[in-house]
Amino acid sequence: MCLAIPAEVTELLGDDMARVMIDGVGKVISVALIEDLKVGDFVIIHVGYALTKIDPEEARRTLDILAELGDVQAERVS
Amino acid sequence: MSSKAFRRKLDIRNGRVDLSHGSGGRAMAHLIAEVFHDSFSNEWLARGNDQAAFDVAAGRMVMTTDGYVISPLFFPGGNIGSLAVHGTINDVAMAGARPLYLSASFIIEEGFALADLKKIADAMGAAAREAGVPIVTGDTKVVERGKADGVFISTTGVGVVAAGLDLSAEKARVGDRVLVSGTLGDHGIAVMSVRENMTFETDLMSDSAALHELVAAMVEAGGAGIRVMRDPTRGGLAATLNELAQQSRVGFRIEEEAIPVRPAVAAACELLGLDPLNVANEGKLVAIVAPEAACDLLTAMRAHPLGRDAVDIGQVVEDDHRFVQMTTSFGGGRIVDWLSGEQLPRIC
Amino acid sequence: MKYVDEYRDGNVARVLADVIASAVEESRSYRFMEFCGGHTHAISRYGLEDLLPNNIRMIHGPGCPVCVLPAGRIDMAILLAERPNVTLCVYGDLMRVPGSQGSSLLRAKARGADVRMVYSTRDATRIAEQDPNREEEFFAIGFETTTPPTPPAIRLAGKKQLTNFTIFCNHVLTPPAIQNILESPDIRDLGRVEIDGFIGPAHVSTVIGTRPYEFFAEEFGKPVVISGFEPLDVMQSILMLVRQVNDDRHDVENQYIRAVTRDGNLRAKTEVADIFELRDQFEWRGLGLVPYSGLRLKKAYAAFDAERRFEMPEISAADNPACECGAILRGVKKPVDCKLFGTVCTPETPMGSCMVSSEGACAAHWTYGRFRDMEQRRAS
Repeated sequence: MCLAIPAEVTELLGDDMARVMIDGVGKVISVALIEDLKVGDFVIIHVGYALTKIDPEEARRTLDILAELGDVQAERVS
Repeated sequence: MSSKAFRRKLDIRNGRVDLSHGSGGRAMAHLIAEVFHDSFSNEWLARGNDQAAFDVAAGRMVMTTDGYVISPLFFPGGNIGSLAVHGTINDVAMAGARPLYLSASFIIEEGFALADLKKIADAMGAAAREAGVPIVTGDTKVVERGKADGVFISTTGVGVVAAGLDLSAEKARVGDRVLVSGTLGDHGIAVMSVRENMTFETDLMSDSAALHELVAAMVEAGGAGIRVMRDPTRGGLAATLNELAQQSRVGFRIEEEAIPVRPAVAAACELLGLDPLNVANEGKLVAIVAPEAACDLLTAMRAHPLGRDAVDIGQVVEDDHRFVQMTTSFGGGRIVDWLSGEQLPRIC
Repeated sequence: MKYVDEYRDGNVARVLADVIASAVEESRSYRFMEFCGGHTHAISRYGLEDLLPNNIRMIHGPGCPVCVLPAGRIDMAILLAERPNVTLCVYGDLMRVPGSQGSSLLRAKARGADVRMVYSTRDATRIAEQDPNREEEFFAIGFETTTPPTPPAIRLAGKKQLTNFTIFCNHVLTPPAIQNILESPDIRDLGRVEIDGFIGPAHVSTVIGTRPYEFFAEEFGKPVVISGFEPLDVMQSILMLVRQVNDDRHDVENQYIRAVTRDGNLRAKTEVADIFELRDQFEWRGLGLVPYSGLRLKKAYAAFDAERRFEMPEISAADNPACECGAILRGVKKPVDCKLFGTVCTPETPMGSCMVSSEGACAAHWTYGRFRDMEQRRAS
């Protein structure tokens, strides 16, 4: 449900619109629901609107936690 | 019939097709000469008959027919015309046959722009010339506004297949390998990118191409080991494998990791909620081959520009339910099913 | 794809599977409901259930706004679309949802109704602007994720002074539905389905935040983990739920920290609160009438409200009596328990919404899980 995908903001256009890119596919979407947006930010887009920004630090933290789990598990097994 | 027979040239730039162009009179002859004969230009059409005569080569004849009703008519990488030529050639080639001649019949909507018709005809002529498969006969009809989506094209292709080569849908056997000639989903996504209300920006082009020379290379490298070939057009790879599973009374087990999909196609599919396995291809083939022939066939495919990304994606298995099963990148399993109806973009 | 591929790493998945297997207590049973179809989809598409230990059972919840839309509302939309001079704009998912008597928007389109698929509400306003002589309706559906895109379209229509643009509003709210499930007799009193924890919706939560779930966790004593949609997100969330259950905790935890905060998207929430108000009750397919779970336009925006602009008598259509969508949506029954599954009801000929939407429990099972049933039957 709520098919939404992370995309990079590549251009801020006027009128609450922006161009975003995912792996070479571009789309012009509305950023009317987001505050303080900069080129280079990543947003989650759903039905042509950005719903929220992705926090790169928290994204990194999740991956670190997952990696840690792996290390702990490896120790447990060995 | 040269255009010197007509007093005034057709206004290709601004003119429109009207009912007189389909009524068999001078206007129709004019249209045919200046648009179709001009774009297709070959010795058969130059003779101006309602039919084309040619010698029949030795071997079994192969014949196919197709209808093209796509919308939009123009898309990145081609149009309905080039698609029609490639598609028909491919249907013949999938039998392992050498395509020889094409026919093309046009049903044109009243009011259709002559400029667009010429663009389509030019693309067909170019595709036919490049493939070495001429369009030797055709027909033209015009219907009232609203009765055709711009233009419908119907084609027939004939070819010849070598004696002893009998590729057919019921021939897949347990243990056979499944080869695909390249990346999946390019055509469907390229068309979707220009569809009204769904547009997105991409460099992606349709993969529409004539595959007969790739097929010829495969037949030479190991024709005896090829059971069946099919091009995964509407419905994508999923439809093709499910059809073959039913027709050969087998199942398939394929590897998700092996299936080649361009990143832009994957991204567009994510954006719209589509599955690349269900998306149409117009320049790719699926070949079910004997396991001992797979290696040589892949080498031959990869040596050809249209088969550079060819890969073995899995095998034929025994399965009373005729399922196409796929091992996901996670090692879990899922079924790849036919779609019911056209795949629609989703929000959910 | 950045922020996607990293969370689809098969190697990490196998490690996580081991960790989960080590974490579960052998004698214990864990039943988790994923509320959101996106999670159902991820579980099915990646075959995650194959990676989980046998004592974890995933129960598929209401899934998606398409699944829970009552047939009557589809009938109303079809009637609207069949009026002369009306263009109905819809998201693709709605085209094949069955109304009563086997109708659908796709079939209505075949009969001549002007039904058009759009990607965004902006496309809908553009269509209204392009043809001022036609009435243009937008069939608005969705949970809290899909609701915020509707107000900007209404504002734009106001700014451009479009008098031919209206919304047929079917936006619904997630927390009341969760509450309804938890309070249903099957779960609360009869103990037919024990739910030990919830995997909370990903993108609904980017809008509403994690705060609204704190009530359930407290009131019903069930842990909730808000999870991203990628398979590693789902697996990590399952691990977090397992640990909570083991520790007898019932907290709201956020796994989807890269996109979800406690308060959510304030701007989106404000937009929605400006334009919409709560209906007293709204019918949900399979759940019946749920109080304060649906939205409608405020009086100030009546000009954009299709139900006020047109005479649209409320249609309440009963489902096929043999259709088990209701029980399936509540997690009480599985798709294979429904007599219609796979025989009368298939993706080609869906009887209920669970089969229409690819997020629905039945469609997901048909597409991905059918062969497991066959194997199990063969084994037994």
